[in-house]
Parts: sequence; structure tokens; C-alpha cells
Amino acid sequence: MRLINFFRRPSTAPSTAPVARERLQILLAHERAVAGKSDLIAILQEEIMAVIAKHFPVEQEAIKVNMERGEVVSTLEVEVDIPTPMCPNFPLPKKSVRAAPPPADDEQSSESDDEQSSETAEEDVARTGTEG
Amino acid sequence: MAKVLVVTSGKGGVGKTTSTAALGAALASAGKNVVLIDFDVGLRNLDLVMGAERRVVYDLINVVQGDAKLVQALIRDKRLPSLSLLPASQTRDKDALTDEGVANVIGELKEKFDWVICDSPAGIERGATLAMRHADVAIIVTNPEVSSVRDSDRIIGLLDSKTEKAEKGERVEKHLLLTRFDAVRAGRGEMLNVDDVLEILSIPLIGIIPESTEVLRASNLGSPVTLSNPVSPPARAYFDAAKRLNGETLEVAVPNDRRGLFGKLFGRRAA
Repeated sequence: MRLINFFRRPSTAPSTAPVARERLQILLAHERAVAGKSDLIAILQEEIMAVIAKHFPVEQEAIKVNMERGEVVSTLEVEVDIPTPMCPNFPLPKKSVRAAPPPADDEQSSESDDEQSSETAEEDVARTGTEG
Repeated sequence: MAKVLVVTSGKGGVGKTTSTAALGAALASAGKNVVLIDFDVGLRNLDLVMGAERRVVYDLINVVQGDAKLVQALIRDKRLPSLSLLPASQTRDKDALTDEGVANVIGELKEKFDWVICDSPAGIERGATLAMRHADVAIIVTNPEVSSVRDSDRIIGLLDSKTEKAEKGERVEKHLLLTRFDAVRAGRGEMLNVDDVLEILSIPLIGIIPESTEVLRASNLGSPVTLSNPVSPPARAYFDAAKRLNGETLEVAVPNDRRGLFGKLFGRRAA
């Protein structure tokens, strides 16, 4: 019996190469998916930016794109910070922010504010004054 | 038409410099004009492996920064006149390499040589990305071992995205060079075999270099293994790989499992 074991020893040593192969296949499948994902997000970020930039002046960092992969559903989260028109540092009344007029339409929106309340109108005048 | 070849791997110590020297000498002895560029700034070793360490006067960074002319920095091999070496700087920082400077040097070398072979540093940092930047062809040196295969996969990803060719929408021609392969251990299931590595990395194989004492002997002597012992198994494998680089179609022979009858009778039961 012992003699047989002596001869069989090299062959009964568990071969580890199949384990290495399987571990690598699983790991690399995951790592390639991650690498592909970050590329996709970079492309999405760039393209979304191009669309938004047609209408608003935005910075590259103002667009955050995030993707979460779930087993059933994946979600794509896009967050865009758009600068408040004309003067980002100046506090604007809520109404004009909501209207979010592009710079060219500014006069028009001031007029419509005039009709609504004198207080807002004053602020709008003050704002235009500061800028000028 | 000159070709730019990068020898890369991601992981260190797998045989990039040895392979650069051996393939360069094999191509040069086949009559090609070859220049080897060491991109491992701060840790240069190609000069040592080529036996030219005492002949370095100017280096790649001197040329990039305009302190020396290209012809002043090139070291012509004493054994093979068609083989030249452009050493890396041992003292300077790798940040001294500029994208534009490297592009100029490679452009100039392409006019004079048939093959421009870039020996990449390990890692995926600036030195490695600069070495692969202008490549037409890439050889990914891989050992049949998990960490080397993983790092090679990463490098393949970079070759597909960070090179000049990739940015133009073209493809860098990629080849796998499997080094330090031990047929006996692979046969016993102790080491990843050739098919495993090929299946995982899925790029074509350009050669299998068997584990051999000749490789260390050659670097001790400061000679590429293809010159120090051209008939040794690793040298033959490098010569064949060089022929494939030149467009010849040659079957890649998997090194034999040279166990005797006894070993075969008792070894195969593992499967």
C-alpha cells in the first residue's frame, strides 16, 4: 500500500492551474466591465454636456453622471448644475430663477415681473443697475 | 516603412528587457536596421543587458531636451552593426520626458531604421503610456501566472485606448509573448497552460519562450540570448517570434513536455 502511495504522490497532488484560470476569468470579467462602464460614463457626460451647452453656459464639472448596475434594473443618474443667468453671485428673487431666462430674454422677463409685484420689480431694477 | 514596436507587460520582472534585447538582435541579424529605446527613466537596464553600460554618454532625455543630437546618443552594437541602442537616463526624473519630445525622437528614428523597439517600464504610469503612445505593434510579455495575466489584460485595455492609433480609431497590432514557460509544470497542472492564457487574454500568440538557464547566463554576459547562444531553446523561440514579426507565418510550437515514460505513466493520472 505504501509503495503504491509513493508512486502516486506526484499525481494525486491537486493541480492548481484550473483554480488560477477560474479565478482569473471571474476577476477579469468584472474588471473589464468596470473599465467599460467608466468609459461609457465619460462619453455620456461629454454628450450631455454638448446638448446642454447649446442652451446654457455650463462647466464640465457641473454635470455629474452616475450609473448603478442592479441585477434587474440599472439606474442612470444625471445631475446638472446650471448657473443662474447673468450674475451667479447675486441673489435673485425666486420667480426670476424659476423662469431661468437665457441672457437675451432678460428684459422681457423683467417686464413681466413688473406687472406682478413692485417689490420684485425693484429688485430686478437694482440687479440691472449693479450690472450696468 | 518603419514600424514602431512596444514591448510591454504591466507587471515588472516578466522579461520585457530580455525580450527587447533578444528580439532586437534577432531582427538585426535578419538584416533589418533596428534601434532599441529604453523608456525606463531612472531604472534603465537595457544598456546592461546589451553589454553597453560603459558606452552611455548621452541618453533619451538629453535628446528630448535638445542637449544632445540623436546621433550622439545612439550606441551602435559592437556585434551587430545594424543594431543600435538609445539608453534611458539613470539620474533624471521621468517627468522630463515630454509627449512632443518623444514624438520627435521617434519620428526621426523612423526615417533611419526599419524597426523602432520601445522597451516599456513596468506599471501603467507616464513612462509606460509614453512608450506605447506611438506604437504600430505591441508585444505583451506575460508569464503563465495570475498576477502577470491580470496586468497584461490591463495593458491591453490601455493599448486600445491611450495610443495614438487608438485615438485615430485604428488598432495597434497586439501579440502575446509567453515567457518563462515550464512545459513540465504546465503538464502537471501546476502552471497555467498556453491555452488558458490565450483564452483569457484573447490576443494572438507570437511565441513561447521556455524557462531556461540560458536567459540568465546571457544577461550575466551582457549579450542578448539570441547572440550568446543562438541554438538554445529560448533563442530559437525568439528567432521564430522575430520571423513572425516580419510577416512570416510559422506555427507556434508548444514546448514539449519532456518527461520520460515513468513520469508520463504516473503523472497523467492527475487529470
